[in-house]
Amino acid sequence: MEFIDFLLEDFFVTGQPLIYGAMVSIVLVSIAIVFVLSYFKKWGWLWREWLTTVDHKKIGIMYIIAALAMLFRGGVDALLMRTQLTLPGMEFLDSQHYNEIFTTHGTIMIIFMAMPFLIGLMNYIVPLQIGARDVAFPFLNALSFWSFAFGAMIFNLSFVIGGSPDAGWTSYTPMAGATLNPGPAQNYYLIGLQVSGIGTLATGINFIVTILKMRAPGMKMMRLPIFTWSTFITSIIIVFAFPILTVALALMTIDRIFGSHFFTLTGEGMPMMWANLFWLWGHPEVYIVILPAFGIFSEIISTFARKQLFGYKAMVYSMVVIAGLSFVVWVHHFFTMGAGGAVNSFFSITTMLIAVPTGVKIFNWLGTMYKGRIRFDTPMLWSLAFIPCFVIGGVTGVMLAMAAADYQYHNTYFLVAHFHYVLIAGTVFGCFAGLTYWYPKMFGHKMNEKLGKISFWFFVIGFNVCFFPMYFLGFAGMPRRTYTIEPEWMALNVTASIGAILMAIGFAVFVYNIYYSFRYSQRETHGDTWDGRALEWATTTPVPFYNFATVPKIEGPEAYWRMKENGRTTYEKEKVEPIHMPSDSGVPFVMMAFMFIASFGLIWEWIGIAIAGLIGVLACMVIRSFDYDDGFYVSVEEIKQTEKKAREGEQ
Amino acid sequence: MSELTKRIPKQHVVGFVGSIILTVAAAWAAVGSDLPTPWIITSIMVLAVIQAFIQLFMFMHMTETESGGIQAGNMLYGFFVAVVIVAGSIWTMSFGYTHDHGGGSDNDNETEEHEHMDH
Repeated sequence: MEFIDFLLEDFFVTGQPLIYGAMVSIVLVSIAIVFVLSYFKKWGWLWREWLTTVDHKKIGIMYIIAALAMLFRGGVDALLMRTQLTLPGMEFLDSQHYNEIFTTHGTIMIIFMAMPFLIGLMNYIVPLQIGARDVAFPFLNALSFWSFAFGAMIFNLSFVIGGSPDAGWTSYTPMAGATLNPGPAQNYYLIGLQVSGIGTLATGINFIVTILKMRAPGMKMMRLPIFTWSTFITSIIIVFAFPILTVALALMTIDRIFGSHFFTLTGEGMPMMWANLFWLWGHPEVYIVILPAFGIFSEIISTFARKQLFGYKAMVYSMVVIAGLSFVVWVHHFFTMGAGGAVNSFFSITTMLIAVPTGVKIFNWLGTMYKGRIRFDTPMLWSLAFIPCFVIGGVTGVMLAMAAADYQYHNTYFLVAHFHYVLIAGTVFGCFAGLTYWYPKMFGHKMNEKLGKISFWFFVIGFNVCFFPMYFLGFAGMPRRTYTIEPEWMALNVTASIGAILMAIGFAVFVYNIYYSFRYSQRETHGDTWDGRALEWATTTPVPFYNFATVPKIEGPEAYWRMKENGRTTYEKEKVEPIHMPSDSGVPFVMMAFMFIASFGLIWEWIGIAIAGLIGVLACMVIRSFDYDDGFYVSVEEIKQTEKKAREGEQ
Repeated sequence: MSELTKRIPKQHVVGFVGSIILTVAAAWAAVGSDLPTPWIITSIMVLAVIQAFIQLFMFMHMTETESGGIQAGNMLYGFFVAVVIVAGSIWTMSFGYTHDHGGGSDNDNETEEHEHMDH
């Protein structure tokens, strides 16, 4: 009886019709997946082809699929919030439920949508752009993905089991501490982020080594495609910033589960130290999600303007400067803490300085398009929409950077509008642009142009209709994270909700387009879909698992463009040699499944289960240490066969 | 390799002599000098940092490999970030915090400072 009471009162979230609906749908979808896999006898295929793969291309695709699912979940959260805020006195969500939803919306969109989406694109594209056959550490790459996937699963479990965290994606102490926030909800946040953080850190290391060590001969650093450069800079920021989050999360976990006093009000704790550490990671984090998007836009604008990227070196150096500045601006997130004139002035100025390298990049994109013969395909449309929208976000960011003025804007909808303008116009447009651009390389067919344009216009118009009014709501004094609105804010809130619906339609069309293109799009016969310039377009479509039959020799920037001008390909038939490739492994999946069990124990403070899970993780590490399988060779015969088949359409 | 063996290892000699001088200077500052304590601590720290760089560049061949520039850049960035995290946190977080809850003289100073800021 006691156990059943526990299940009904604490374990499962009860009393919310929306959540009952979610539970039912989760159960139904799970049954459907199990049924389909069993019916079509696909379990073996799933395990062999996907769960155990170490191929950077497949891992990239899994990242992107997971990120799209998370975009859906975060988007549903957003729609629920917009519904509640449309009219004054709405009783759609109560305050507790609203708090949980804005917390999960923020956390999911940043940690489980934006980063995995970009990391997915990096995974697929970067090795192709530098002429490598895989990343430097393929096993670690699989481990990264599964740590993200299980971390995301842990976090998403919270809303049906145990309750969602409700202290905001920033989880400020003391509100997120054990005294004011007892129970497992906040632990889900801490452990979910911790587990997926392992993967992000490993990805950072992996890509630094890949880009430094795996480049094809002649691919000097200053000849790298700009997306690879942005990945490189991003990876460096990841490696330096993520340990701060790891430490901060660990300290708060120890506070909550073992009763220490790092961030508590009592016992000499410093609650604001959490905010300090969080933003020491958190500000570099926003550059982690924007720099790869900059790289994507640079590639696309250069390809579709049919011109070499204007000011390549300036682009690279401005990213380096942004990486440096990203670590010295964090206090602007809590100017109102009252750290005094000297501190606030310093961080005001450093924040404004960020506008300089960013501005340089904006002018570089404009310079690239100047006198170019622009093609208006869907990826280019996203890139064109990005520039003005992002400038609005950037300029309002400089307004927020003024510490004195920030006392007015702080925690109002002005801020909400600002960061959605930079994150959606920058990162989300970037992800959509990048996916549409590289889609033919990944799946062998383009996304339908007409549907792509419909989804683009719905999304971009919806985005502006949704978030532009929020600047004015901020001026009118509407506070962030409020769950009811005053009557005088109604008109603008109704407008914003209409915008949100338009964005939802745009996203739905985008997803439908994936299905539609899978069914009806013409298959690509040639690897170079868009008349591209960087090396990834030199591969055949679909890309063979070893990427390049013969390692290409690079003679200058824009490697593939140069090859096309000289009438060469990367494939030299007489020079084919056996290719060494890494073996697949189930260890990453199993290891992170054990980590999932350990996390679940820690979240519920069931230390026995946590220890059992960690022993499993340790056992996997031991197994891996004694794994002497160092890969296999692909025979010359097989390579020639594959290449012949892949290149049939080109002649 | 042949180039390395035939010549006098100039870098190593310079690094070695430099290290000895810096160590002796630090020892003298701590034991033999009449400098006030804060100065002694500061000078030892500065000498230590200089010596760390000598070690990295002269002995550990940081810049000699193909990607030496990147190694050096990464390390400098690491130092920069570490300093920012530690010094930056202390600087921003020390304002207005006191561990003296007894209402002693320190606490009074703190209150005065707050009042001063308000004007």
